[in-house]
Amino acid sequence: MTAPLLDIRGLTKAYPGVIANDDVSFALRPGEVHALLGENGAGKSTLVKMIYGLVKPDSGAMVLNNAPYTPAEPRAARQSGVAMVFQHFSLFEALSVAENIALGMEHPPKPRDLSARIREVSHAYGLPLDPESLVGDLSAGERQRVEIIRCLLQDPQLLIMDEPTSVLTPQEVEILFHTLRKLSAEGTAILYISHKLEEIRALCDAATILRLGKVVGECTPADVSAAEMAEMMVGKSLAVPARDATEPGDTLLAVENLSLPAVSAFGTSLKEITLQLRAGEVLGIGGVAGNGQDELLAVLSGERRTPPGTVRFQGRDVGPEGPNARRAGGLLSAPEERLGHAAAPDMSLTENAVLTGQSRKGLAKGGFIGWSRARSFADDIIAQFDVRTPGNATAARALSGGNLQKFVIGREILQDPVVLVVNQPTWGVDASAAADIRQALLNLAQNGAGVIVISQDLDELLEISDRFCALNEGRLSEPRPARGLSMEEIGLMLGGAHGMAEAHLEELHPGASA
Amino acid sequence: MIRLEKRPTPSRAWALSTPIIAVILTMIAGGAMFATLGQDPFETIRIIFWDPLFHERFASFSRPQLLVKAGPLILIAIGLSLGFRAGIWNIGAEGQYIVGAIAGAAFGLAFYPSESPLIFPGMVIAGLIGGTLWAMIPALLKVFANTNEILVSLLLVYVAEAMLASAATGWLRNPEGQGFPGSRNLARHAGTDNPELFAGTGMHWGVLAAFVAVIAAYVLFQRHVLGYQIKLAGQAPRAARFSGVNPGRLIILCLGVSGALAGAAGLFEVSGPAGQITIDFNSGYGFTAIIVAFLGRLNPIGILFAGLLMALTYIGGELAQLLLQVPAPAIQAFQGMLLFFLLALDVLSNYRVRIGRERAA
Repeated sequence: MTAPLLDIRGLTKAYPGVIANDDVSFALRPGEVHALLGENGAGKSTLVKMIYGLVKPDSGAMVLNNAPYTPAEPRAARQSGVAMVFQHFSLFEALSVAENIALGMEHPPKPRDLSARIREVSHAYGLPLDPESLVGDLSAGERQRVEIIRCLLQDPQLLIMDEPTSVLTPQEVEILFHTLRKLSAEGTAILYISHKLEEIRALCDAATILRLGKVVGECTPADVSAAEMAEMMVGKSLAVPARDATEPGDTLLAVENLSLPAVSAFGTSLKEITLQLRAGEVLGIGGVAGNGQDELLAVLSGERRTPPGTVRFQGRDVGPEGPNARRAGGLLSAPEERLGHAAAPDMSLTENAVLTGQSRKGLAKGGFIGWSRARSFADDIIAQFDVRTPGNATAARALSGGNLQKFVIGREILQDPVVLVVNQPTWGVDASAAADIRQALLNLAQNGAGVIVISQDLDELLEISDRFCALNEGRLSEPRPARGLSMEEIGLMLGGAHGMAEAHLEELHPGASA
Repeated sequence: MIRLEKRPTPSRAWALSTPIIAVILTMIAGGAMFATLGQDPFETIRIIFWDPLFHERFASFSRPQLLVKAGPLILIAIGLSLGFRAGIWNIGAEGQYIVGAIAGAAFGLAFYPSESPLIFPGMVIAGLIGGTLWAMIPALLKVFANTNEILVSLLLVYVAEAMLASAATGWLRNPEGQGFPGSRNLARHAGTDNPELFAGTGMHWGVLAAFVAVIAAYVLFQRHVLGYQIKLAGQAPRAARFSGVNPGRLIILCLGVSGALAGAAGLFEVSGPAGQITIDFNSGYGFTAIIVAFLGRLNPIGILFAGLLMALTYIGGELAQLLLQVPAPAIQAFQGMLLFFLLALDVLSNYRVRIGRERAA
């Protein structure tokens, strides 16, 4: 047993009203890949922010290389050999890769030397990246490589990665894991935050599980099942969403050969989208964010009008209809962005119930809003979907992400949709709430509605979809039955590893080229 | 170190009490300003806030002035509050006020010397239409050409002022006025006059219209779908579109209503307190109403009180100029302080002030 690289002893951090970390202890050896597991709000982020010098602990101590470690700011942490890749990238789109990396360095070398170093490191770790290309042109996976290389140039002893795989295709995940294993073999310790249990089982040597700020367990991920880890995380066993098999019915929604230009310079154009949705089925649409998900939702919800004949709902051309007319007919939707799109942040839950419930719930008669009916509708959503809130007068922004998501999804489901389209229904939602939402979507399909789920979470799509198709650069693939589809096949449907030369894939997995 | 922390839910207590605190702070800062000008601060403040209503000699004149001045301010501010809540910024109410006055006066004078009881209602309608059309210019340009309504509506004020000058000296000039600029006096001619409805109160049709507008706006915001859509579009434009709000229609509607009310205010003014179209007939009500709308937190009841308060500072300010020779710019600075403190304190209803060392989060 080698001496620990980083020893964390009894770290505690309290914020007004909540103890984010309560007496947290664990140790990390050099070269160890250590997972931090926990639901949203379990305290993972606070813990790594303390290690990275962004937050000061109230009490407790850290020891790095047998010396007391109290980073006052991230710069001190970096000097001690601790680097971190954040979930949200901090890159300038208008600058090149090398310029972005130089910006983060204290004493950047000459541009030519830096570019050479970047090439060298990216080659050594199998992360192909051209230092001269503009970050704005890169895919999410490539942007993450920029962040990783920025860290690697500091020769870190400890690399912290916060949910690194949420924006990657399965092939890109493979490449990332390859890099991380190589780093670990060279002695760099990795602290890996994720809630994707299968990934942790494949990658990590040890795991520390946090719940409500406390360490509730440690395990060797390879030795326990994903279900066991999930139970430790949530504190109860999770019901796997289930339903009885049903025969799909009539076609409810048909999109035919729909092409639309992008609205803005950062938008995605939709290209020849064709899809069919039948009663009682769940159609899963996978893909990395920014490949046309928002645009697809907008043409189905009615926020964007479509050319005649391209979108038919129950045989009727709904292209020229706006959101309210479509809602009245039973075509409902729930966008990805909860605050500001699906809900108005500063408005109460009652007012937010009126946002989409006007026609189907009869909340506005003769132009006047019936606030008592609206309140009882909001109360129904809160009760049936277990939304934790002081009451229906609370502002939407005061709710946690998961609770607001349950409210948004509940608001649409309780309007008894004929077709429901949801984008990222469980994004940022804790595991038990996510399971509830998935079950509600399945129940809806079982009762004869058609459901389209757009999501980045492939496990989720495989769990609840009948058919699966991929959205890549505004194109929708042919749907395939979801049962029996492997991650490998899905990855290829998603366009493989973005921006990777085939040769590199070949290098990593001899014989795996498609 | 002082820092601001966003409240999860806006504080109702602060939202209600900040206008009162802002008035008190204005009195303190304004008092200090008057003191540096060599005036007794307490006396000046008393003259501005108290004497217009209760002074034994001046009150009989200045008390009716309160409604005369507050009426147009409230009427215009109610119209503006619709747009401001939706994030549509009509800064050109002054221009719509002028065009409404010209249109209404032109209608009345076209039938001169008829004294038909139908003329005054016709003038009101002409005033509403004139203001609406003037506001449609920025509205349609914004919807169809994506221009900035702030600039267009503001610049149209100067166009309207030029129109006013040409009307007063040219096509609306009183033919019996011995060549002096200015139209016939509408207020002194039965049929075109907007009389004081109850003697000694200052109450005229325009004040009545302002009260009706307050009630209508209150119902609109509390109960009507349109009020809800206006609020939603202002707070979360994307959510509004998702909810089915048509942004273009909302722009036309909000600018149209605010233009119509400003135009009506101009008509009531020209046919009543002002009496005639003159070169400098407009007196800045359209701009002051912006302050009134914010002082009243874009809330109809708040605007009612803000309009009365603003009118009081006007009348009191004039009284202070008369009695103490306080310079007019000092009175304007005093009114500016009111808006400054109000907007500065506005932060408190959405943020909490924390004093202490910042912690990185």
